[in-house]
Amino acid sequence: MTFLQRIFGKATTDLEEASPDGIETTPLDPAAIDGTALSNYILVGSSNSTGVERAHNEDALFSLLGTAYGENAVPSFGLFVVADGMGGHRSGEVAAALAARTVAHRLSADPLMQLFEPNGTADNRPIQDLVRQALRDANQSVVNKVPGGGTTLTAALVLGSQMTIGHVGDSRAYILTQHEAKVITRDHSLVNRLVELGQITEAEAAVHPQRNVLYKAIGQGANLEVDVETHSVPKNGFLFICSDGLWGVVPDEEIQRIAWGADHPQAACDELVRAANAAGGPDNITAVLVYFPPS
Amino acid sequence: MKRTTKALGDVTTGTTQLGQLEPGVTLQERYLVLALHGAGGMSSVYRARDLHFPNVTKTVAVKEMINMATDPAMHEMIVRNFEREADLLATLSHPAIPRIYDYFTHDSSSYLVMEFIEGKDLEAVLRESDEPLAEDQVVKWAIELCDVLDYLHAHKPQPIIFRDVKPSNIMIDDHSSIRLIDFGIARNFQPGQKGTMIGTDGYAPPEQYRGEASPAGDIYALGATIHHLLTQRDPRAEPPFSFAERPIRDINDKVSPELESTINASLSYDPADRFPTAEAMKASLMAVAKETGILVSPRTTATAGLPRNEVQEVWSFECEDEVRGSPLVVDGVVYVGCYDNNLYALDAETGEFIWKFATEGGIASKPASDDELIYVSSEDTRMYALSAEKGTLAWTYYAGGPIRSSPVVSEGHIFVGADDARLHVVNMFNGTPAWKQEVAGPIRSTPLIVDERVYFGCESSDFYCYDFRGDLKWRFGKAKRGITSSPILVDGMLHFGCMDWSLYAVEAEAGWQIWKFRMGRPTISTPAFAEGRLYTGCADGRVYAIDSKGGREIWHFQTEHQVTGSPTIFEDSIFCGSVDGSMYCLDMRSGRKRWQFQTGGPITGTPTVSDNRIYFGSNDHRVYALLT
Repeated sequence: MTFLQRIFGKATTDLEEASPDGIETTPLDPAAIDGTALSNYILVGSSNSTGVERAHNEDALFSLLGTAYGENAVPSFGLFVVADGMGGHRSGEVAAALAARTVAHRLSADPLMQLFEPNGTADNRPIQDLVRQALRDANQSVVNKVPGGGTTLTAALVLGSQMTIGHVGDSRAYILTQHEAKVITRDHSLVNRLVELGQITEAEAAVHPQRNVLYKAIGQGANLEVDVETHSVPKNGFLFICSDGLWGVVPDEEIQRIAWGADHPQAACDELVRAANAAGGPDNITAVLVYFPPS
Repeated sequence: MKRTTKALGDVTTGTTQLGQLEPGVTLQERYLVLALHGAGGMSSVYRARDLHFPNVTKTVAVKEMINMATDPAMHEMIVRNFEREADLLATLSHPAIPRIYDYFTHDSSSYLVMEFIEGKDLEAVLRESDEPLAEDQVVKWAIELCDVLDYLHAHKPQPIIFRDVKPSNIMIDDHSSIRLIDFGIARNFQPGQKGTMIGTDGYAPPEQYRGEASPAGDIYALGATIHHLLTQRDPRAEPPFSFAERPIRDINDKVSPELESTINASLSYDPADRFPTAEAMKASLMAVAKETGILVSPRTTATAGLPRNEVQEVWSFECEDEVRGSPLVVDGVVYVGCYDNNLYALDAETGEFIWKFATEGGIASKPASDDELIYVSSEDTRMYALSAEKGTLAWTYYAGGPIRSSPVVSEGHIFVGADDARLHVVNMFNGTPAWKQEVAGPIRSTPLIVDERVYFGCESSDFYCYDFRGDLKWRFGKAKRGITSSPILVDGMLHFGCMDWSLYAVEAEAGWQIWKFRMGRPTISTPAFAEGRLYTGCADGRVYAIDSKGGREIWHFQTEHQVTGSPTIFEDSIFCGSVDGSMYCLDMRSGRKRWQFQTGGPITGTPTVSDNRIYFGSNDHRVYALLT
């Protein structure tokens, strides 16, 4: 078909070029043909472990994935949250769980439920504002209900081919492509700030005596500034969210190898938890791994 | 956390619920606890009476520090460290340092007996005031603090580094003088904390986290404290070491530039860049106080200038009216439209006139080109295709209203919007209409064509996405005023400005609004993108640099009048014209001005860069070519 025929309603139908039995087929994506794609569908896996050294698990996790087909179908959507709590007694567990649940509740109400309405769009407020507000609400809840408690929180809201990440603390979100593992959040830790300023190297940060000190966390009080960014979903790639109990002991190359080596993200998450425990398991371990197909 | 008090002297009563000493308890058979004066962290301070002076009420302060070490060797070490520090403190003599009278240890607590200070600490002073504190008062206190720091740093044989300069450790006594409290003796008593902690000091210098303590560290902390007093912005609520992001005078414009300069010097990351001694900082502060002469201050990062580029005009060409549009440079020729109704073709090297083509209306748009044809739209409602070489007419297309949108060439067609509220798609070879799409208002922006979709905004505030079959894919209706700015596409996200004062980020697939950045006035400027940032102008006179992933301002540059054109990026410079008549060249990363070229009239178009030259028109009727 020439360009003119293709555009502006002058297009002829495809019947002229259909296969002999009149059945239309969709061409396969090249990545699917040469076998590098894991699947043609979005896949998700998640794992959580107390680790080796800790007696309690103060991490929390929330994972939701939806797909739809049909006329005017809702686009693929997902919400993935990891929270790593801190504070005396049980404050950490309670803070992390409360924060994760609050964020899940807010973002389900808006934009997800809005999207389900037959003519709904996710258009009411900018999506980044919704994510920012959800984390701020979580902060307020923790301040009100868990005095002395705090938590990190990293959440990814996936809508169609864009994902918006809301983040406070030192849990991390990564994009894993075929070529590299890239951290897309900023650790709100003191040592990371020193690395950013060129005062210490990353290697020094990893063994720094104050590497656990955060300068920002959910539950710290009023005026919490949340990092919010939107990225395209990594086609034939992964979104990976984890607490520092995982990234602190399993190097990025290892994460990359395990994610791409497994048949399914669930198997990869289980393997990653095993790797973290094998490396000493000094902290609670939480991981969520989401695979996005090539198209 | 509960603890029990062992019997001390003739005490029979124990402790309060919080583990503190009750009034009436006597320590060492000498100090009668009267009341709890203050408590924080691992220590408590009591007002007490020294019973060795029975005829008078000699009031002292007793500071109790609880030793949390469970390991006996550790416990012993903490007590020894404490006693050594107490001995040292007892030898100090300075008006700002409370006198130490006695110390002792009993079981799991150590006690310091000191001069009792009536007054309040600076943290309380900050809390009780909504406003930043007055410069005169702050400078007076700062000078006193420099004086005591200098005394400590000059101590022989070893300098004493205070290490904990911050508002809660600085008291203002009832003579309004500074008293340093808490020499950090309590620091020995904090157990090593396992697991994640929230909160950092905020006032401590970067090198302190590497374990380095030096006089320069106290100077940094003093600078940080003064910054807090002058801005009421608590550094503990911000990322560490980010004072440069909150310039004092941006928050409190009553502060003198000299004082800001002094504080900035003390807050340099590199200790070597700060004042070498507290005495030097004091001298600087005294100069500020006297407001005389030239302030002697070390080079600060804030004032170090970037290398200044010289700007050189290569040529300029005079037309007969305002040059409002943007030039196109192709194959060594500059094509630019003018309000004198002509499209000019000028030699890019020399500015020599090659040809001109007369339309019947003003040209405010930018021409487009493909192969050997130049396409230009005019307010006379027509779009023209001209031979690039000679300027002869190839064909004319008639729209239904004046055309202020710039044409775009794609897939053998020209796409242009017009004031007749239609998007016109025209065959580029013969000018025959291929498609017309009516929308809700005049289209004055340049359409964007990507992946068989057409994106454009219009004056009715709607933004449309059509596909090449003529189907409307989506319409974005959340903008509140006209969209004259043209969209750009970055990583699946469309960005465009709007007359409702905002720059929008809308996801290109389905039209969801991701973020919105609000500026001071309407904008018709088209954003430019480089290295993760969007650059755009606004009628509030500013050029903004905005982080494209999160919609946050990185910097802004203020010109003297509206910025209605769009910025152009070349290497690491931003070029943007303003209605104030100047073409500005800014450093892309910091927003600092590299140079400014003044013309005789407003600049409303967008500059074009080609071959190391920048070309733009001005309302002073001229087209300029400058060397970048």
